[in-house]
Amino acid sequence: MRVSALKLAMIPVLMFGFGFALVPLYDVFCDITGLNGKTGRIEASDIDATQVDTSRTIEVRFLANTNTGLPWSFEPLVKKMSIHPGEVYEAVFRVRSTSDKATLGQAVPSVSPGLAAQHFNKTECFCFTQQELAGFESRDMPLRFVVGRDISDKIEQITLSYTFFSLDQG
Amino acid sequence: MSTEITHGGHDAHADHDHHGPAKGLMRWVTTTNHKDIGTLYLWLSFIMLLYGGSMAMVIRLELFQPGLQWVEPHFFNQMTTMHGLVMVFGAIMPAFVGLANWLIPIMIGAPDMALPRMNNWSFWILPFAFTMLASTTFMEGGAPAFGWTFYAPLSTTFAPDTTDFFIFAVHLMGISSVMGAINVIATILNMRAPGMTLMKMPLFVWTWLITAYLLIAVMPVLAGAVTMMLTDRHFGTSFFDAAGGGDPVMFQHIFWFFGHPEVYIMILPAFGVISAIVPTFARKPLFGYSSMVYASASIAILSFMVWAHHMFTTGMPVAGELYFMYATILISVPTGVKVFNWVTTMWKGSMTFETPMLWALGFIVMFTIGGFSGLMLGVAPVDTQYHDTYFVVAHFHYVLVTGALYSIIAAFYYWVPKWTGHMYDERLGKIHFWWSTIAVNVLFFPQHFVGLAGMPRRIPDYSLQFAEFNMISSIGGFAFGLAQVFFLYIVIKTIKGGEKATDQVWEGATGLEFEHLPSPPPYHSFTEAPPVK
Repeated sequence: MRVSALKLAMIPVLMFGFGFALVPLYDVFCDITGLNGKTGRIEASDIDATQVDTSRTIEVRFLANTNTGLPWSFEPLVKKMSIHPGEVYEAVFRVRSTSDKATLGQAVPSVSPGLAAQHFNKTECFCFTQQELAGFESRDMPLRFVVGRDISDKIEQITLSYTFFSLDQG
Repeated sequence: MSTEITHGGHDAHADHDHHGPAKGLMRWVTTTNHKDIGTLYLWLSFIMLLYGGSMAMVIRLELFQPGLQWVEPHFFNQMTTMHGLVMVFGAIMPAFVGLANWLIPIMIGAPDMALPRMNNWSFWILPFAFTMLASTTFMEGGAPAFGWTFYAPLSTTFAPDTTDFFIFAVHLMGISSVMGAINVIATILNMRAPGMTLMKMPLFVWTWLITAYLLIAVMPVLAGAVTMMLTDRHFGTSFFDAAGGGDPVMFQHIFWFFGHPEVYIMILPAFGVISAIVPTFARKPLFGYSSMVYASASIAILSFMVWAHHMFTTGMPVAGELYFMYATILISVPTGVKVFNWVTTMWKGSMTFETPMLWALGFIVMFTIGGFSGLMLGVAPVDTQYHDTYFVVAHFHYVLVTGALYSIIAAFYYWVPKWTGHMYDERLGKIHFWWSTIAVNVLFFPQHFVGLAGMPRRIPDYSLQFAEFNMISSIGGFAFGLAQVFFLYIVIKTIKGGEKATDQVWEGATGLEFEHLPSPPPYHSFTEAPPVK
């Protein structure tokens, strides 16, 4: 009886651990399936510039938001652009602090439709690192991206949204 | 009236036993007796039912008319949140644990639960947990107001400081449930009387065995979720905070990974209760015993694979929606097996309609209505319209009130003559049934209509076109609430006295507790294992 009770007690302990294991599992699952709008990262040298699919045109729209607690204004300089799969493009986002103090933020991307996310790769992005702005500083931040040629031909429009979150304590 | 009750004298083979309970209040604090602990659980859940019910009254009072009349929106949110938490964790779950404590040992011929001291502990944690949870109402910031599902970031970034009391209360409830469940499994697997094979066990024991496995599997996941909330709130982690690389949608996945098995935790023991009552009053053995066992087990297994049907509107890809839709609808197959088995058990039976049978029949009819609205909600394309409307509220109250709660009340009327030795007042029991059943349908049925018409849940005000149905619903709500105060009177009256119940209690009753124990059973029963045919 004592043995079976102890064995049974192992199940809740394992399941408590499993609850936490769901966190990395969730990330891995989203990474593999491209769900949840998580975009990929690619090295510039890995892109074959000759492989541009000029027969297709996809419209990419940009959204920029700041979350509560971050006194920044944040917007894309170009709201939308038409692109060919396989070609590298650059978009610029402008951020400006409305605070007189130094502030720290982190941009988090999200792509819609979700299934486009795994084909949306970036060689350079302001979201790769934290951004620190001095009081009232303004900054133009580049984003270099390429949409993979193997993207489903049902997708004609992609929306890329960035939200800046505050990393300042308090 | 007493014709339906057998008076077969039973030469009580008891009362040579050693000692009764200790005297005074300490009996209840230090008890390790499964009957005492069962009683404590049942009383706690009744108190919680009235407490959660009084918050429902506040909700229905505010919704009696459009506009804001009685309470502030923030207080209204606290009421909906606490009502849900108290009813789920305080009323339904402890009531089933109480029934398990009272019934499992006397159903399988065991002298007590396997781990009596842990049993005492798992009960006595609960009053502290609920006192802690309830006390937040009087603190600065108020009680939790983010819904009983406590989605992040509402429950992390934007929640009041009292949320930490809520988190620890949930931890305590989880520990209590897990200990109770381990106790149930250890009892069932180790302490059955010789000859009581697994496939001879009463279905209530079977469904509780399966429920207990669900409990030890998912309560720790809930504990993990609230622990992540706690560390997100205070220790700088970002499980559910997108700024730090976390994801609020992940909270919903983790919560419903617990939450969906949880709804079967609240209904599987109910299936066991109904499977005991229907054969007794149909005077036929249960139809399809083994299919009932397999159906319960398949419901339990499927319950782990359908959680995201609560999340159809989170922007899931079509493939995910399709999978969760089909898996959800698959559950209606084993559930349908159960309903058909109960109906077939009654078919051509010599039925009588004493109070427990009335509640059981009410369960079968109205739980099935709740099941059908559940099917509608499980269909992903239409769920987009029903999501977070009063249609959902109507659905889960049909399965939890006229489902789980009705089975608990049925169980009370069915076994209380065995527990106390007194018959309840049959006339009052029938009044209680018809009063509750009319009221509960007046209360919840109109909510289907306002839900389909688009009235959102958890909102203290509504558009004018919903006014009539909400007023009807509120009137039903007050009547249903009053009926349960009447139930309290019946309970006390039955405990204090009443016609002496026979040992078999019901003409058609079978099972060790009715065949081998007097009513009431001695404080220590089955100190020697009974013969099992």
